[in-house]
Amino acid sequence: MSDTAEFALSRRGVLAGSAASAVAAAAPAEAMPQRTPSGATPTMPVRLTVNGEKRELALDPRTTLLDALREHLHLTGTKKGCDHGQCGACTVIVEGRRINSCLSLALQHDGDAVTTIEGLGTPDKLHPMQAAFVKHDGYQCGYCTPGQICSAVAVLDEIKRDVPSHVQGDLTAKARFSNMELRERMSGNICRCGAYSNIAEAMADVAGERA
Amino acid sequence: MRSFTYERATDAVAAARAVAQRPGAKFLAGGTNLLDLMKLEIETPTHLVDVQDLGFDKIEKTGDGGLRIGALVTNTDLAADTRVRRDYGVLSRAILAGASGQLRNKASTAGNLLQRTRCPYFYDTNMACNKRKPGDGCAAIGGYSRQLGVIGVSSSCIATFPGDMAVAMRVLDAVIETVDAGGQRRSIPIADFHRLWGDHPEQDTSLRAGELITAVVLPKPLGGQHFYEKVRDRASYAYALVSVAAVIQRDGSGRVAFGGVAPKPWRVEEAEALLPQGAEAVTARAFHGATPTKDNAFKLPLATRALAAVLAQAGTPAQKKG
Ligand SMILES: Cc1cc2nc3c(=O)[nH]c(=O)nc-3n(C[C@H](O)[C@H](O)[C@H](O)COP(=O)(O)OP(=O)(O)OC[C@H]3O[C@@H](n4cnc5c(N)ncnc54)[C@H](O)[C@@H]3O)c2cc1C
Ligand code: SF4
Ligand code: FES
Ligand code: FES
Repeated sequence: MSDTAEFALSRRGVLAGSAASAVAAAAPAEAMPQRTPSGATPTMPVRLTVNGEKRELALDPRTTLLDALREHLHLTGTKKGCDHGQCGACTVIVEGRRINSCLSLALQHDGDAVTTIEGLGTPDKLHPMQAAFVKHDGYQCGYCTPGQICSAVAVLDEIKRDVPSHVQGDLTAKARFSNMELRERMSGNICRCGAYSNIAEAMADVAGERA
Repeated sequence: MRSFTYERATDAVAAARAVAQRPGAKFLAGGTNLLDLMKLEIETPTHLVDVQDLGFDKIEKTGDGGLRIGALVTNTDLAADTRVRRDYGVLSRAILAGASGQLRNKASTAGNLLQRTRCPYFYDTNMACNKRKPGDGCAAIGGYSRQLGVIGVSSSCIATFPGDMAVAMRVLDAVIETVDAGGQRRSIPIADFHRLWGDHPEQDTSLRAGELITAVVLPKPLGGQHFYEKVRDRASYAYALVSVAAVIQRDGSGRVAFGGVAPKPWRVEEAEALLPQGAEAVTARAFHGATPTKDNAFKLPLATRALAAVLAQAGTPAQKKG
């Protein structure tokens, strides 16, 4: 335990300041233990079913689900934007629910089924939402896109499951699709390129509605 | 992030014991606030006790017609529950006005109550902050304070409790149920749960070390029309500058609490009694003795206008009279 504390202190000394804490957060999780010959945190086993495939990992407890996917399973479709729950680039679907994988430890998901952008469709057989994003130009640089698509797929499911929203007039009525609804429900996915209106069209297309 | 050890608890009292016995240990629910703060090393727990397997994920009827909400019920599930939508609309509305769909899927009922302030200086570890480091000073006092508190604040901290859900729970007179390491249970009215900062802004609530929240109980429904009016810098995915949770009855009486203005959901019962006289009468009383800064003085008229908007929607007698 004291070794660990020492490590934390020396690391903090090197990476002082708030800009540095962003760097620390962005450093690949795998690299961390290597810098601590004497004080590596013992790893813990984690079992995940990722895109239908059973995976077993041994991880430093600090590893987020996002870093487990990107750095350990090399599924780099899921993106790291802010690493603080503020952008949605890291959105994945866990046990049928969309979450920000950057604000979850991999250990919290032991035994869970995770779907990433790689699991929704393949280049030869796109998921309808992926195809609609292509058709409607739902992106420019594409960095936010995997998160947008995972979120969009989950939003249509949430409406189907009657999860209400902030813009819903009557709370006791059934949730339904509309342009206002999808804009509210997609507000956790920021697009720096401003592809929002085309994303809305792609979603409306898949929902069988007009944006 | 500092390193820590991790365990998943399977028993509530054992979980409370695991945290109580170990200085530096913390409960972990959804992780959406705690991990955020751990990445910035504002929170530096040495041990995490994950409480997701304790079975506190149900919403059940109570004997006297209310609801018992398990501490681990997600914000999404709570807002979507048909009983909550029908009988406690203010609570669904408040939750749905907060965070994003992704975050609400993960955020728990207990974690939401315990989310820490969003004061920008609390988040910036280069700045003095009594809440982060007792005795350090407060960079917000005399600094940029647009988002911060206007009432109930102290000379050591002017931050707000930032959440939405708790403001609705305050209007509903919710009760927080806990268990401690000795198996002792406690029921804390939400009015006594969040603290005014005073000289100890490092302590947000009246919970004791290792005390585990097991549930939040809502008394039987109040009837009336339910509102949650949240004013913020963008239409979604932003914290409140000011929010109003209200339940308004047909005769114009009702209950009202304000968010984004104080260290706790701000409800003044004597002010509520003035609801039939209109918004200005209520806020004049509710914010009596307010100490806004020049950056956040706008919150006072904004609170009046947000409440006026609610009363206009309610179409209460006072409004109809003009
Ligand atoms: C980008 C962003 C925007 C947001 N916007 C809003 C918003 O507009 N409105 C709003 O209200 N909230 C907002 N939030 C905050 C969000 O609601 C909280 O992060 C969430 O509710 C915390 O719940 P959790 O289960 O993830 O808590 P955790 O992060 O797991 O825990 C929070 C704290 O509670 C303690 N704890 C957890 N469970 C228990 C228990 N059972 N007993 C005792 N202690 C416990 C933990 O030890 C920790 O100290 C936002 C968050 C982010 C990241
Ligand atoms: S207002 Fe409170 S939280 Fe903000 S800097 Fe001052 S002491 Fe810290
Ligand atoms: S990287 Fe997770 S929300 Fe931005
Ligand atoms: S397409 Fe560039 S950020 Fe969205």
